[in-house]
Amino acid sequence: MAELTDGPFPPGRYELLVVGSGPGALQLAYSLRALGIEHAVISEDPAPGGMFRRWPIFQRMLSWTKPFAEHERGSTAYERYDWNSLLADEESSRAIMPSVMDGTSYFPSRPEMERGLVSFAERTGLKVRYGCRWEETRKLEGGDFALETTDGEYRAPTVVFAVGVAQPWRPAVLADKDVQQYGDMRPAESYRDRRVFIAGKQNSGFEIASGLLPWARQIVLASPSPAQLSVATRSLVGVRARYVQPYEDWALAGGVVILDASIESVEREGGVFHVTTKSAHEDHPRHFEVDDLIAATGFVCPLRDLPDLGVATFGQSRLPAQTPFWRSVTMDGIYFAGTIMQGSQGLRKHGIPSNSGAVQGYRYNARVLARHIAEEKFGKKRTRRSLRPDAVVPYLLAEASRGPELWHQRSYLARVVSIDASEGIADEGIQPLAHFVDDVQGPDAVAIALEANGKEDPYPNVYIRQRGAVREQRLAPADPLLDYQQDLYVRQLSSILTPILARDLTRATQ
Amino acid sequence: MDVRQDVVDILSGFALFADLSTPELENIVQSFGEVYFAEGERVIRQGLTATGFYVIVEGAATISVGGKERTGLRPGDFFGEISCLLGEPPTADIIAQKALRCLVLAPGALEEFLVTNPHVMYRVLQGEARKLRTTTRWLS
Repeated sequence: MAELTDGPFPPGRYELLVVGSGPGALQLAYSLRALGIEHAVISEDPAPGGMFRRWPIFQRMLSWTKPFAEHERGSTAYERYDWNSLLADEESSRAIMPSVMDGTSYFPSRPEMERGLVSFAERTGLKVRYGCRWEETRKLEGGDFALETTDGEYRAPTVVFAVGVAQPWRPAVLADKDVQQYGDMRPAESYRDRRVFIAGKQNSGFEIASGLLPWARQIVLASPSPAQLSVATRSLVGVRARYVQPYEDWALAGGVVILDASIESVEREGGVFHVTTKSAHEDHPRHFEVDDLIAATGFVCPLRDLPDLGVATFGQSRLPAQTPFWRSVTMDGIYFAGTIMQGSQGLRKHGIPSNSGAVQGYRYNARVLARHIAEEKFGKKRTRRSLRPDAVVPYLLAEASRGPELWHQRSYLARVVSIDASEGIADEGIQPLAHFVDDVQGPDAVAIALEANGKEDPYPNVYIRQRGAVREQRLAPADPLLDYQQDLYVRQLSSILTPILARDLTRATQ
Repeated sequence: MDVRQDVVDILSGFALFADLSTPELENIVQSFGEVYFAEGERVIRQGLTATGFYVIVEGAATISVGGKERTGLRPGDFFGEISCLLGEPPTADIIAQKALRCLVLAPGALEEFLVTNPHVMYRVLQGEARKLRTTTRWLS
């Protein structure tokens, strides 16, 4: 067993265990270390990168990093334009992605993304026990969890799973072994002059269709409900702009067929699939004869035996249900990081979900989670920065205008300032908005978030908590330049906060 | 298709969707989001805007006004429609009484959904009529 002692974090007991080595796990491990929280990290992969070691299958990301922007690389304001770099305190490890991109596209290629993540792990000196596969979980008397791995048993009272949502899922009607799946496809040129039926109209389906446009004779995309486009919803809901070309081909040229229909049956005859569909809008079924049938019907969370242990899951992706601080709602001690954090839904204002499924969203969640774990599990108190009453309004408006957390996690993460008669005014940092509005025991405080409603530009929304009751007030109108430090907004926020701040100041000096 | 058949089966037993075909139910399952709330968690918060139209798939919830519990909700019941239709903040809290699984539609999508599914709109109207009747009885 000598080799088990060679790498970092050999099997044994730790106060905190992180599983994974994708961007979510790396960001959390970095943030924990920055707070001085001892922990172990294990991963079944041989190197950093997670799903970006393999995917996207057509080798280019759908989220961008803008090399040149209004703000200097490495500044927090620049993070608004760089969706893919992980966050670091030291300048040398910030904004890594633009430095590894070759300049041919502002969408990093998959190898560039992988290189960026490897570079982050190297520059920050993050330690991970690679090649260590989590296989089984048990809850022990006394509160520890035991994780059986290929290297042996790990025990910890707190475990964070950052294992992605990248296990392809397909419904029973597509069970035939010759139905291909996202991730198992052949090289694009092998679809030359073939008829291809893609089940699913989410990004993965449209990514496949985009990649096959120069090769396939005909492409059919089908699922029961109409495709939404992110440019129309003004959110990450819907097909992203990178993959819209099949949609335009359908609308303008007819080389692609987009159907709102269910697959009723699939039959194979030699090398041909007979696919029957049924639409809610047509009386009769339709029949397709195609050479390739590809399931792009979603992904599930590879939680192994955690649901059997009592971790509640929901939805098609079998996401674990989570508190606003990303803890399993049914199992204390189990947390989640990375893209799984999308299972903590937040307020979903206007029906728009968080960006926690993507790097630019969950990298900020990771910092909040690290601080939460430090406080809750390690008793480490945070340092709160005092603010003068006249600094509150400009500070909150600067956050609304340039704070990357608020920009990337709208109506999900908020900047919070507490206004307490005995302790004065203090910056409470970034908090999940759902926690803020439901924390009826919390001190009197104000939170500012950016809100998107799918129609206007994002606008600041202010939440005021007084004696446990929360009310909200938006600042208007939305500014197309997103500059909320103008006098118009200073006056509005001042009129909301001055009575509260003045009262606090009076009480604090009495 | 890429929808959860178990949810389609559950919806087919609800009065709200009783007039719909299987493809129409699959369309609904795919168009709505699915959300989960732990016991005691607030689904809709009194006074906070832009929530959504919810249909309970599993579990139970209570309606609470000003901290006072009013009535209960169970699978097949829906809520949030008044706030969506009027564009006003909800006048009650909806709190998960036990683990609660719902389908949810964004407030801005409710009008198109009801207009394109007139049978569901009729069932929603029936629900509103029942609520009005109950309120009238309380007042009298």
